[in-house]
Amino acid sequence: MIHSLFLINSSGDIFLEKHWKSVVSRSVCDYFFEAQERATEAENVPPVIPTPHHYLLSVYRHKIFFVAVIQTEVPPLFVIEFLHRVVDTFQDYFGVCSEPVIKDNVVVVYEVLEEMLDNGFPLATESNILKELIKPPTILRTVVNTITGSTNVGDQLPTGQLSVVPWRRTGVKYTNNEAYFDVIEEIDAIIDKSGSTITAEIQGVIDACVKLTGMPDLTLSFMNPRLLDDVSFHPCVRFKRWESERILSFIPPDGNFRLLSYHVSAQNLVAIPVYVKHNISFRDSSSLGRFEITVGPKQTMGKTIEGVIVTSQMPKGVLNMSLTPSQGTHTFDPVTKMLSWDVGKINPQKLPSLKGTMSLQAGASKPDENPTINLHFKIQQLAISGVPRSLHSKTF
Amino acid sequence: MSGNSFAYSEQAGGGEATELGQEATSTVSPSGAFGLFSSDLKKNEDLKQMLESNKDSAKLDAMKRIVGMIAKGKNASELFPAVVKNVASKNIEIKKLVYVYLVRYAEEQQDLALLSISTFQRALKDPNQLIRASALRVLSSIRVPIIVPIMMLAIKEASADLSPYVRKNAAHAIQKLYSLDPEQKEMLIEVIEKLLKDKSTLVAGSVVMAFEEVCPDRIDLIHKNYRKLCNLLVDVEEWGQVVIIHMLTRYARTQFVSPWKEDDGLEDNEKNFYESDDEQKEKTDQKKKPYAMDPDHRLLIRNTKPLLQSRNAAVVMAVAQLYWHISPKSEVGIISKSLVRLLRSNREVQYIVLQNIATMSIQRKGMFEPYLKSFYVRSTDPTMIKILKLEILTNLANEANISTLLREFQTYVKSQDKQFAAATIQTIGRCATNISEVTDTCLSGLVCLLSNRDEIVVAESVVVIKKLLQMQPAQHGEIIKHMAKLLDSITVPVARASILWLIGENCERVPKIAPDVLRKMAKSFTNEDDLVKLQILNLGAKLYLTNSKQTKLLTQYILNLGKYDQNYDIRDRTRFIRQLIVPNEKSGALSKYAKKIFLAQKPAPLLESPFKDRDHFQLGTLSHTLNTKAIGYLELSNWPEVAPDPSVRNVEVIELAKEWTPAGKAKKENPAKKFYSDSEEEEDSSDSSSDSESESGSASGEQDEEGDSSEDSSEDSSSEHRSDSESVSEVGDKRTAKRNSKSKGKSDSEDEEKENEKSKTSDSSSTDSSSVEESSSDSESESESESESESKKVTMEKEKKTKEDRNLTKDVSLLDLDDFNPVSTPVVLPTPALSPSLIADLEGLNLSTSSSVISVNTPVFVPVKTHVLLHRMSGRGLAAHYFFPRQPCIFGDKMVSIQITLNNTTDRKIENIHIEGKKLPMGMQMHVFNPIESLEPEGSITVSMGIDFCDSTQTASFQLCTKDDCFNVNIQPPVGELLLPVAMSEKDFKKEQGMLTGMNETSTVIIAAPQNFTPSVILQKVVNIANVGVVPSGQDNIYRFAAKTVHSGSLMLVTVELKEGSTAQLIINTERTVIGSVLLRELKPVLSQG
Repeated sequence: MIHSLFLINSSGDIFLEKHWKSVVSRSVCDYFFEAQERATEAENVPPVIPTPHHYLLSVYRHKIFFVAVIQTEVPPLFVIEFLHRVVDTFQDYFGVCSEPVIKDNVVVVYEVLEEMLDNGFPLATESNILKELIKPPTILRTVVNTITGSTNVGDQLPTGQLSVVPWRRTGVKYTNNEAYFDVIEEIDAIIDKSGSTITAEIQGVIDACVKLTGMPDLTLSFMNPRLLDDVSFHPCVRFKRWESERILSFIPPDGNFRLLSYHVSAQNLVAIPVYVKHNISFRDSSSLGRFEITVGPKQTMGKTIEGVIVTSQMPKGVLNMSLTPSQGTHTFDPVTKMLSWDVGKINPQKLPSLKGTMSLQAGASKPDENPTINLHFKIQQLAISGVPRSLHSKTF
Repeated sequence: MSGNSFAYSEQAGGGEATELGQEATSTVSPSGAFGLFSSDLKKNEDLKQMLESNKDSAKLDAMKRIVGMIAKGKNASELFPAVVKNVASKNIEIKKLVYVYLVRYAEEQQDLALLSISTFQRALKDPNQLIRASALRVLSSIRVPIIVPIMMLAIKEASADLSPYVRKNAAHAIQKLYSLDPEQKEMLIEVIEKLLKDKSTLVAGSVVMAFEEVCPDRIDLIHKNYRKLCNLLVDVEEWGQVVIIHMLTRYARTQFVSPWKEDDGLEDNEKNFYESDDEQKEKTDQKKKPYAMDPDHRLLIRNTKPLLQSRNAAVVMAVAQLYWHISPKSEVGIISKSLVRLLRSNREVQYIVLQNIATMSIQRKGMFEPYLKSFYVRSTDPTMIKILKLEILTNLANEANISTLLREFQTYVKSQDKQFAAATIQTIGRCATNISEVTDTCLSGLVCLLSNRDEIVVAESVVVIKKLLQMQPAQHGEIIKHMAKLLDSITVPVARASILWLIGENCERVPKIAPDVLRKMAKSFTNEDDLVKLQILNLGAKLYLTNSKQTKLLTQYILNLGKYDQNYDIRDRTRFIRQLIVPNEKSGALSKYAKKIFLAQKPAPLLESPFKDRDHFQLGTLSHTLNTKAIGYLELSNWPEVAPDPSVRNVEVIELAKEWTPAGKAKKENPAKKFYSDSEEEEDSSDSSSDSESESGSASGEQDEEGDSSEDSSEDSSSEHRSDSESVSEVGDKRTAKRNSKSKGKSDSEDEEKENEKSKTSDSSSTDSSSVEESSSDSESESESESESESKKVTMEKEKKTKEDRNLTKDVSLLDLDDFNPVSTPVVLPTPALSPSLIADLEGLNLSTSSSVISVNTPVFVPVKTHVLLHRMSGRGLAAHYFFPRQPCIFGDKMVSIQITLNNTTDRKIENIHIEGKKLPMGMQMHVFNPIESLEPEGSITVSMGIDFCDSTQTASFQLCTKDDCFNVNIQPPVGELLLPVAMSEKDFKKEQGMLTGMNETSTVIIAAPQNFTPSVILQKVVNIANVGVVPSGQDNIYRFAAKTVHSGSLMLVTVELKEGSTAQLIINTERTVIGSVLLRELKPVLSQG
């Protein structure tokens, strides 16, 4: 399976290598650099690159390429999914997954990688087990280790690996038993010029933070489970029970985990809670264009819209923009032609707007398309799909 | 030390500085490591010194720095000798880092690596399974050919290990050994075969991986494990699932006939809707008859379905390709939703999934049509994703949705990502050729694009228009004229070449324009791209042939230019054309046909998807992604014409059962049979078949009275039984041998020998007199049992024997004394607890004599649980029930006594009821009841018998026969009935418990409502499940129970310790860990029940 792993930063330095079988020379990465050069942007580097003797499968996250070297046929998703799991694990361990952090914790990283794969085949990928094997570094532990001379490696061998529930560590104890469930929904919509929705779909996840003593067996039921017709589960959820009774029954891992994610398909009409009014015009004759956008709420059930960020890739012909926002801050990068406007909260009484002029390249004809506007926003306590109206009960 | 901050300092100057600081804190003398110019060698020198220091902290720091070097890809091999010395370090982290180092460099330093081998060999024997496993892991990762035999041995041993975790690691080691030395293949296949039989979900994924690596062609090894793998699949860890599903897909393609014919048949029927009913029926009959899906085929498809909801994209993809390749076409549709869901994942996952969808959507549009909008391109998608999405949209385009799609495409063309815009134009071209209704619309749209400001867009449009026009050139004179005008502005060579070709091809339709174009081109010939030059030559030749009057000179001018061109292609072409078209004396016969050669009707190019032929690669594989055969790709075979014998999958199972003969395995055999005979029923029940397996198991014999035996435990226990029975038989032999020697042992010398032997085998356990007393009190509770008189008889005999013995040895006389004065005399007995016959003696003695001593908190009433041995329906009126009276067996001290109640429910006499055809696993013995001559109608009779189960829960199968019939029946003992209560004091209990720790201890946490933790409830529950004696306890929150196994007399200590907050710890200490863990599993649900 996976022979070696190389971590490459955006400037093309290999800053970590790990081999599970015999050593593969790092010169194999030259093929990768070649492909990277050909693809102008980092995210356009093909995930699978064949070389004469090896295949390079890569994942790009947090500005780091994780390049796995394999030698024989293997389902590519197997490797890619695993690499993503590695990144998730690092993030879980160190909070962020970035080059300096990995360099600072290289020993822990190495120890974790050693446990995650045996001979290139995944061995322990559950963070609960890994954390029992190798404790994540914290400031407190570093201090304690310095004083007492103890180490990050767990002194007790984990038994979880041997149990029927490999995702849960054993011997969990809490004085306060608590469990939190977060329902996070994302709408992903394409809206055309006139404001009508072309496609919209909802992607939801239920993230849980469970801190319960012992081996709790939980059940979670939904008010309208019909909505959840396209779901994927954490391995702890019992498939059979869901299929027969539409009840989630599971022994949770300890700590934070993603219980399930669901997908509400594009067929259902989705009410988009926000609208954008735009008036962008270029004039053929003059080198000035007008630019005006306004963001407003729509069907939010009384909730405030927060964290609104508007980004737009302006056409090449735009040299500069002089804009004034009614609230928030905006930036325009004349090199990448990227306009971004951090709006913040939307006050329904006074709608935020961004007005101004664009200076265009003199002599150039007007751009024939309007720029695309990307809009990000957050609404607390509102679920578009109506899924989370649910009850939950615990049984031990 | 907070090593993280400076552990990775290397040669850099900054590194040196931190190092200095570190040197100051560590005890190592920093000789020579100073200075900016200190060489690498010196630097390693100080690492060496740190490794040799006494302090763990220094060693650890050194190791951390070394690992930092390895991570950076720097060579640290010269430190090998210093590092290897620390392989046996006590500090776990040092040890782990040394392992990391060792695995990395052992290959380079083979001789030195051998130094470490003995450490691992020792660890392979460690009682802790995790240590054994990690030792095997590291040992097998050391790629040193000399140790191949050691590795082979270790793998063989580990593959028979009791712990599934160790077996899992053995499976991993197989692959490593194979890559190190492929000559071991045959031996390794044997191990794989053995591990494939393993029932643990932990092992399954790893061993299938090993199978795929070592011997993927040995499909015959899978046959007998096929069903098991299907059933275990849901519980296997996610990575294993991927591997197993891929392997099973290949398996299914070789073993089952194609399910696709049926579908074709159905389609036919739909088409022939207006045929008469009869005809249709005939047809369906014809078509339906030959194909019926193998139940095993169905089993695989059904058991993989829930995995579509896995969070792991690789698992979902694996199931999707399984459905695509082996399920009936009507069922493939269910995968589309899950695949579309994966599109919300990371870009790399999207990339692979979209590729696979592209391949699927070519063959079966219908699957993804409902999800059309999910493939709409987002402005944030990377280009490669956008292009794949376009590909799918093209595949999905049809008359109904083309108008919306074209509108969507219009937006895409305007995209600032020009590569994507160009791809969109290609797509429009393809849509135009595929759907004839929109060809004109597309063409006019493309012509509009010709006036686009972006050159790339225009060029791409020209190329596409050229292709479109080639298909229907007649009507498009206007477009050609328009394009000819474009020649002035367009600079992209491909586009210019396309226009020239187009004009040349249609030169007769635009007779005025063509020569003018040639004129212009002749002017700029020298500055054109090679591609364009070639087309200019072509255009000239064509015009020369059709309109030589106007263009003769122009063409010759161009040919002259071409003759001296730098590019040899162009020179060649020039020469060729000149010979062909310009008539001269040398020109051969060909020039007559020049016109035909140049102006032949050319077939329109086919615009095809690049994914058209990819489906000959298995979906989801690397080869499919690359569209070339990857190293190690295993071809997916075509369906066989005739299915290979399906019985290979079940025959083996039955053979297996025979090998193990009835008892332990019978339970497994039955469900297997059931599965075949009642495959319909099987299909109806939507439970997973591991469920139904246990169900049918209980139905077939109803001997499965441990109702709580969960899927896992039944799997586990059965696998344990197997290994257990082996060990038991061994132990059994030893014991009988010992007993023989004992019974002979009447002389002093022999007795001494006996003592030695005893103390040798069980030096760990010793009890003083109080335990004897306790045991007496305990067996008192037994005294209420029915067969008191009988056991008394036995005791009398034994008494006599001991009386004889008394005169001969001191020990035994003491024992006898005890017999007469049960309450007094602190006697030290060497090993009563472990020698079963002696214990039995003691009990016997006590039964007869010391009836006045009754233990305080007993007796607890235990309701007798009866089990059905033979149901009256299946026994033709003869019904038989059995129960365990929980008293020492009168037929032999190693037997469990069983009482069988026989009922005659018929209206006639049943005669000559007796037992025949005993089928017992190795070592088991059975004492049958005397034949019953006759049983009156409505009459019932109770008989007792004894079975020596060898301390295992294996089934005893035998035939219960009457004069006319024989019925197969089974008895499987609950584990709690394999025990006899032992009484002891709290002190002794603790002492014994202290000796049975580590491997011999199993424990679990119970959670239940507080009302379940009252003393009486706990007592009741424990005693209900297991035949144990209560040990008086000094603490309120701890309950202790003691027993010994009937056959081997090993102690079984049960402790229930109440903790705060409605939890309790259940601990079982015993030498017989298998029984201990089974008992633990049975006690746990009962105690936690509300």
